[in-house]
This record gives sequence, structure tokens and C-alpha cells, in this order.
Amino acid sequence: MTKNLDPLVKLDNAGVNLSSKWLVRGVSFEVLKGQIVTLIGPNGSGKTTTAKMILNILNANEGSIQINTKKLAYVPQKVNIDWTLPLRVIDFMNITGEISKSLILENLKLTGVENLIYSDIKNLSGGEFQRVLIARAIAKKPELLVLDEPVQGVDFNGEIALYSLIKNISDTLNCGILLISHDIHFVMSSTDHVICLNGHVCCSGTPSYVAKNPAYIELFGEHTASVLSLYKHQHEHSHSIDGSIVE
Amino acid sequence: MFDDFFIRALIAGIGVAIVTGPLGCFVIWRRLAYFGDTLSHSALLGVTLAFSLSINISLSVFLVSGIVALLLLSLQKRTKLPGDALLGLLAHSSIAVGLVIIGFLTFIRFDIMGLLFGDILSVTTNDILIIWLGGSIILIILFFIWKSLFAATVNYDLAAAEGMKPDRSNVIFTLLLAGVIAISIKMIGVLLITGLLLIPPALARNLSNNPRQMVVLSIIGGIISVLLGLFGSLEFNTASGPTIIVAALILFVISMFVPSTDKKLQK
Repeated sequence: MTKNLDPLVKLDNAGVNLSSKWLVRGVSFEVLKGQIVTLIGPNGSGKTTTAKMILNILNANEGSIQINTKKLAYVPQKVNIDWTLPLRVIDFMNITGEISKSLILENLKLTGVENLIYSDIKNLSGGEFQRVLIARAIAKKPELLVLDEPVQGVDFNGEIALYSLIKNISDTLNCGILLISHDIHFVMSSTDHVICLNGHVCCSGTPSYVAKNPAYIELFGEHTASVLSLYKHQHEHSHSIDGSIVE
Repeated sequence: MFDDFFIRALIAGIGVAIVTGPLGCFVIWRRLAYFGDTLSHSALLGVTLAFSLSINISLSVFLVSGIVALLLLSLQKRTKLPGDALLGLLAHSSIAVGLVIIGFLTFIRFDIMGLLFGDILSVTTNDILIIWLGGSIILIILFFIWKSLFAATVNYDLAAAEGMKPDRSNVIFTLLLAGVIAISIKMIGVLLITGLLLIPPALARNLSNNPRQMVVLSIIGGIISVLLGLFGSLEFNTASGPTIIVAALILFVISMFVPSTDKKLQK
């Protein structure tokens, strides 16, 4: 956290309540410029909800969220394009703001899909579409980039290339990146700050700190923890089935 | 060459087609066909209110359809009823209330058929003014919210996250839909207006591979349908509204046989 300035995003005890159930609660963290912050946690732990709360798609029902930039770009977890809408990749690249064609091509090239610029979105494979989504987001040159499982469905080599691209983007654009990922290797090796969620923040800190944290080990098991190695101490708390803390 | 009423009908019809084209595309993309039906059915109530309070028909239809539209939007968030049931509930209740009110208005002679299917003979210079003026306002507003509405149509979350204000443009679009129904009700009628909103964009979909193309083609398709329909109605002495829709249907069927670029891979 040497690049400290005003945080791009600052969450303070934020939570979302939907039909009287807390999807996620008590979330506090910051994303700074040039920093990659990762959200990890099991399914249903509130990772996407947290991202949507930051992006103003969902309202926080408690706590506060401060966003200090207007240049946001988002790669959602799921995008379904209705087949009645004839939409080519080039049209899709422009949906939230006009981007020049050379810039579009340049960014599609970065994610390896420049040959698909005039293809209909419906005819892309899942992995190809993910690459288009990432290209669109980075073409906007955002100050804050939110990526929700950006490499799902991408082939193995592509995954490695895209992760190194994401790492690059954070350096070249000096933007803050909030990443939701299941790829423990990338999370542990290339990100600045890890937040382990399970309905609330279980633990957070640098990758090496989190990997040693008993809460993390309990959530992900010994074998994932041993990626970085560690010792173990007494659990601070345990979880019931819905993720709430039991003393 | 033609009678005055026919010229008036042509000018009015072309005006309507230019507005229904782009709005109809969004109706199809956003799967709002039944929503459009509900709004147009509620227009019947608008017409009867116009007669009983002796105010302008288009104004009254716009107000009633607009209120029904906003009611729908807020009810959809609040009730446990599924969307289609809610739409049916409002569509049929507003038709029923409208018909009951007609029953009470014994002092006015009512042309129910004209209301349901449109009456081209009755188009006045004043109606033309309403169509072109109202239509221009609708298209200008649509132009300004286009970017945001389109982003919200492709993906709500993306639009919301990247500051496109999708909720606002959704509400405005719904009101524009009420507006287009208000200006075209006299031409096409309560029962068939959704047809003119849907069929030209549907045929345009068969022929286009990007959104702009689809909008342009649905305007052209709409104009051709109106022209063919009106000439047909004159020639065969049939009701104009249905004849316009039949013309659009014929164009749609033809469009299905035109080979399109992305058809091969369509599932």
C-alpha cells in the first residue's frame, strides 16, 4: 500500500438486505489506485452482491459506500443477450460510451479476439464472450475496474494470458481493480489485498497474511492454504451453514 | 386524384409508422409485447373518458395509458403476482371498466368498431397535427435517452454500473409507449396497435444484423405496410386498421424467406 492516495472505493460496514435476509453484512475495505483487491469466498458468500453494491446496482441497506471516481467499468458474472437483438461485437463495445474503432480493435487484440469484431454476439462461445467483456471494460480506460469471475469458460492458456493482462492493466492504467476470482494461485501471487467473504468479512489482508489465517483455512481447506504454506492457530470463530458466526 | 380523406390518412399513417418503428424495436428487444397490449387496452378506457369529459382523445388516452404504465412498473416491484398475470389483470380490468362506462354514455352514439379497429375516414387535419407533433416529441425524447435505454436493454447491470441511469430511461420509455398509443389509436384502433408496434420490427429482425439497421428497416417496413394497407382498404373496401396489419404480415412472411447473414448459425 505504497501507492496511497484517496481511496477509489471505501466501504464502511456496508450490507445488503433482501426480503429481510442479509446477503452480506459488515463489509469494510478500500480499493486504492493501482491496487488489485480480490474477493474470495464460497458460493453464496456475497462476493457478487458486494460488487453490485459498490457499482450502485444494489443499494446498501446499512453502512456507507464512498466512490471517488466516475470512470467505472464492469465485467459482470453473467450477461444474457436476448436473441431478438441483433448485436455485433463492435456494437456491444460501444454500449455505454462511444469508443473509437482503432481503440476497439486494439483492446480486442489484447484479449485475442480482434477477428470477431463483426461477429454476432450470439455466435460467440462462452470463452470468446468473456474476452469481449474484458476488452470492452479495459477499452473504457476506467479508474476502477470491477471483474466478476472474468475468465470463466476461458481455456487454460487463455486464463493465464488474461490474468497477466489484468495484472498489466492495473500497472499501465494505474486503475484500481476489484476482482472476484476462484483462482487461488492468481489471487495469492498477484494481488495486493485479499478479502475473504462468507456473508461477512472473515479475514482480510495481504495474500500471505490471509493464507495463514485460520478463518481462510477453515473456508478453503488445508490443501488450498498450503499453496503458500503456513502455520495454524486457534480458530477465532466458526460458521453455521448459512455463514453466520457461531461462538 | 385521391379524395382528401385518403391523403389525410396517408400522411397520418406514415407519421405513425415512423414513430412505431423505433419504439417497436425496443418493445421486441425488451420483450414488452404483452406490456404494449395492456397499455393499448387501457386506451379504450382513455377514449371513453375523453367522450364523457369531452376532452381531446389523444390527451386522455395518453394520461390513462401513462398512469397504467406507471402503475404496472410500481406493482411489478411490490406484488407477488407474476408479471404476465399482472398485465392481464390490468388489461382486462381497464377494458371492462371502459365498456361499462360506454354503457352509461347513452347520450353519445359510439362507433365501437372504429375504436377497436381504427377509422381512417375520421382522420382530421387536427389528428394529423397531433400525430406529427406528438410523434416528433416522442422521437426527440427517444433520441436523448437512446444510449441509456439501449445499454439497459442489452444488460441492466452494466448500464447501472457504468452510470447510464437505466431506471430513469425505463420509466421514460414506458411513457413514450403510452404516447405512441395515444397518437395512433384513431388510425389503427385499440386491438391492433400492438400489431403495428411488433410486426415491422419483427420483419426487420429477419433482415438485419445490427440494431441501427433493424430500426431503419422497421420504419421502412411500417411505411410500406401503411401504404399497402391504405390502398388495399380503398381498393377492397375493407377496414383500414386490419388491412394495414395484414399488409405488414405479408411483408413479414416474405422477409422470412430472405437469406440473412447470421441465420445459418441461429439456434
